[in-house]
Amino acid sequence: MSVRKNAPANAPASSREDAPASGREGGPASGPGDGTLRRALAALRYDPPAVVGAVVLALLLVVGVAGRWLAPDGVNDVDVEGMLRPPSADHPFGTDELGRDVLSRVLVAARVSLQVGLVSVGIALLVGVTVGLLAGWYRGWVDNVLMRGMDVLFAFPVLLLAVAIVAVLGPGLLTAMVAIGVVYTPIFARVTRAGVLSVREQVFVRAAVSIGASDARIIRRHVLPNIAAPLIVQTSLSLAFAILSEAALSFLGLGIQPPDPAWGRMLYDGRGFVTEAWWLGVFPGAAIFLTVLAFNLVGDALRDVLDPRQLTVDEARRSGA
Amino acid sequence: MARFVLRRLLQSVIVLLGVTLVVFLLLQLVPGDPVRVALGTRFDQQTYDALRARAGLDQPLITQYLSYVGQALTGDLGVSFRSGQPVTTTVLQRLPATLSLAVTAVLLALLVAFPLGVLSAVRSGSALDHVARVFSQIGVSVPDFWMGIMGILLFAGVLGWLPPSGYVALTEDPAGWASHVLLPAAAVGLVTASILTRFIRSSVLEVLSEDYVRTAEAKGLRPRIVVLRHVLRNALIPVVTVVAVQLASLVGGVIVIEVLFAWPGVGRLTYDAVQARDYPVLQGAVLFVAALFLLMNLLVDILYARLDPRIGVR
Repeated sequence: MSVRKNAPANAPASSREDAPASGREGGPASGPGDGTLRRALAALRYDPPAVVGAVVLALLLVVGVAGRWLAPDGVNDVDVEGMLRPPSADHPFGTDELGRDVLSRVLVAARVSLQVGLVSVGIALLVGVTVGLLAGWYRGWVDNVLMRGMDVLFAFPVLLLAVAIVAVLGPGLLTAMVAIGVVYTPIFARVTRAGVLSVREQVFVRAAVSIGASDARIIRRHVLPNIAAPLIVQTSLSLAFAILSEAALSFLGLGIQPPDPAWGRMLYDGRGFVTEAWWLGVFPGAAIFLTVLAFNLVGDALRDVLDPRQLTVDEARRSGA
Repeated sequence: MARFVLRRLLQSVIVLLGVTLVVFLLLQLVPGDPVRVALGTRFDQQTYDALRARAGLDQPLITQYLSYVGQALTGDLGVSFRSGQPVTTTVLQRLPATLSLAVTAVLLALLVAFPLGVLSAVRSGSALDHVARVFSQIGVSVPDFWMGIMGILLFAGVLGWLPPSGYVALTEDPAGWASHVLLPAAAVGLVTASILTRFIRSSVLEVLSEDYVRTAEAKGLRPRIVVLRHVLRNALIPVVTVVAVQLASLVGGVIVIEVLFAWPGVGRLTYDAVQARDYPVLQGAVLFVAALFLLMNLLVDILYARLDPRIGVR
């Protein structure tokens, strides 16, 4: 479905600009941050939906950092006489069942969503990439043990496993982040392993091995830069899913605990009043939707540019890659 | 084919053993004593001792695990800390509600995704194609429970056409069941439809570029016949498997929708077990759903290999 929009994206970075191509192991490293990201960001400028997504994400970042200062009222300022007031000049998003300003709570809750998304995907990235690197590089029993472990985690429906983990560890922001991180680890492990298996057969890697470079050095300087593209794509798409998962956990009361606001929790608390106070259902849900949509738009565009053959989560489940 | 099935079966058994280990270890992660936590303020020594013994928690860890796996193999998933009922019976009682919701959601999704996906591929680049792509992008970004809340707001609150929540068994009152299932199934189905639309579109597009399609067109077959006879038959093979995987995901993934609509399925049971800290029920429900998920994935793979013999050879 995706159309590649520029030059061969998967050409090994090392073969283009790195030392082994010129027979000099240990030359200038092609880190994941230089060529790949620059190329992706340059191409994104010509993709209107991706630009919209990026603008929304930039705004969200501002709100996430400065939400408490942007909020017109305190998030926990209860006003029993102003309960369930419809949107007005004083309260543009109305008030909730305790008379709290919905706009203020939506703004402050952005931080929670971003924090959970970034930390949980960070955990999944760190653990998944480590597992994938070890499995793909050393193969044999290391590969078998690690990847069967990932298969086991993949055998659970995502939300069910997250709920089970949070249930036993106790609800809260930290456990929600750990739970979401655990359930998204296998996809990073599979993407990484598939990349390593392909890169380790390349001539520049064999050359590095033949001149006695250590495993750690080859992985750091030659393997990682060449599997950066699919990992960047997977990270951006996983952020969208992680934010959806956090909203679902919050909705079930297993995320951040009251009185701190979270979009999912706001929807849960407001569900009983939604037929008489529509704004309780509309605004927090719209915030989740816009955030996830923005991450998806940017993620899809990155996939088109960097890695058109990237597996979706469903495809990865089926492929056993 | 037989070797492929045998290999997949063996893989599934190994993964299932891993699943039992994860589910078993979940209980060990509970901070403190799970029975003490579950009993809360109702604590008395006699009940405590009885529950610990019944759950086998007074045995060494390895004995507990082996006993857990052995019992699970015979269909015994333990006994609820709260109700004293066998967990297997409780889960099986809830299964029809979840299955009826998941199947309805997938059918609704197919009703939308099939024509939209096929037409958007056949008329690639048209206005309809753009609509389909926007629809699928929105669908994968919308939380299903928000769609559910919007559905309640519109169809129960404003229009008053459908009940906001609740459940009627299909076998007792089909019309009542239909009116109750429509909103939750549509909420879940929209997300599934967007995934299926994407998949059907790309699958049809791929087949449209095959040589045999060009040959069929070159020999003068009408476009409708080419699509129906040559394109769809091949494009739908992977779609069948994705539909089955979606169905499997929904059986374990509709917790939030079941909670929102007070739908008494396995998801709602899991949620109630979490709230009540009824760990045997939580473990049993998670293990049951994961095993079902594995089984459905295994069946999907076998079905895929059957439909496309190249898979079994790879």
